[in-house]
Amino acid sequence: MSARRHEQEDPDRYFTITGGRRDASLDLVALVVAEIGPLPGMTSEQVRILRLCRDHPVAVVELSAHLALPVSVVRILLRDMLADGRISVRHPVSAPEPEQLPDLETLKQVLVGLQNL
Amino acid sequence: MDSRISDPPAAATPLRGTAADGLKIVIVGGFGVGKTTMVGSVSEIRPLSTEEVMTRAGVGIDEPGAVPGKTTTTVAFDFGRITLNDRQVLYLFGAPGQQRFWFLWDQLFGGSLGAVVLVDTRRIEESWYAIDRLEHHGMPFVVAVNRFAERGPSLPKVRAALDLDERVPLVECDARLRESSKTVLIELVRYLTALHHRPAGEDER
Repeated sequence: MSARRHEQEDPDRYFTITGGRRDASLDLVALVVAEIGPLPGMTSEQVRILRLCRDHPVAVVELSAHLALPVSVVRILLRDMLADGRISVRHPVSAPEPEQLPDLETLKQVLVGLQNL
Repeated sequence: MDSRISDPPAAATPLRGTAADGLKIVIVGGFGVGKTTMVGSVSEIRPLSTEEVMTRAGVGIDEPGAVPGKTTTTVAFDFGRITLNDRQVLYLFGAPGQQRFWFLWDQLFGGSLGAVVLVDTRRIEESWYAIDRLEHHGMPFVVAVNRFAERGPSLPKVRAALDLDERVPLVECDARLRESSKTVLIELVRYLTALHHRPAGEDER
């Protein structure tokens, strides 16, 4: 379906970028906003993230696509940047809890949005 | 099929500065059924693709040619988005329904509003597993038959072949057409709304 561009890559590289940690707390559609500009000493990935999110929010999954890095790797990078105050995150607020339906107000908003397409 | 990788950031169509609430709908179906086509027909950006890495031991066993002992494998998926209003943006994900993908469902698609199962009537059996897994995950869904040029079995026959509960909406679509794909998404939202009003004890989604 899509390009298997990560497949040839060495998992050790991801280990290096992330220090071997895993993190699933940031939703795919959490929206990231840069709080500062790139600074000397930042990694190239951090610089790219800050540039992408400088002028408008960008979802975690879009950062993953633009950086050509797996979602879990991007999540870990973002967690560190969040802890350091370099970014802020707008977490999804309308997502239903497991086994629950989305609330009616959310469904109404989605319906109106789709009808306006 | 689609090897256009993330070139210029969505810079061409950035999110609004006020965007604050991301929503998800997942389109599930076998390879070549038209998931990316459907995403692309309604998305405000050209579909992007990315991947997730799985490192759980043993999950790659269904993968042809998997290296014995290899504990890392990747699954790819496509996505697009629709800005709903100043605050909310709906992301549409095209997810292959194969076995290994479901190990990542909660991690990637937990919190989705619902799902669309996209069916190719020439390979209807590919949808059985997806429907079973969605039910297992408690994720409500509608089923859309992607009608390519040729004629196929009638909807009642498709429903029977899928052993689909009569209450689950089953619709036809042409995933290439924006209006048609939009109608499928609206069908899902209406169904989710209707589920709210289903009497207690009848909720078997």
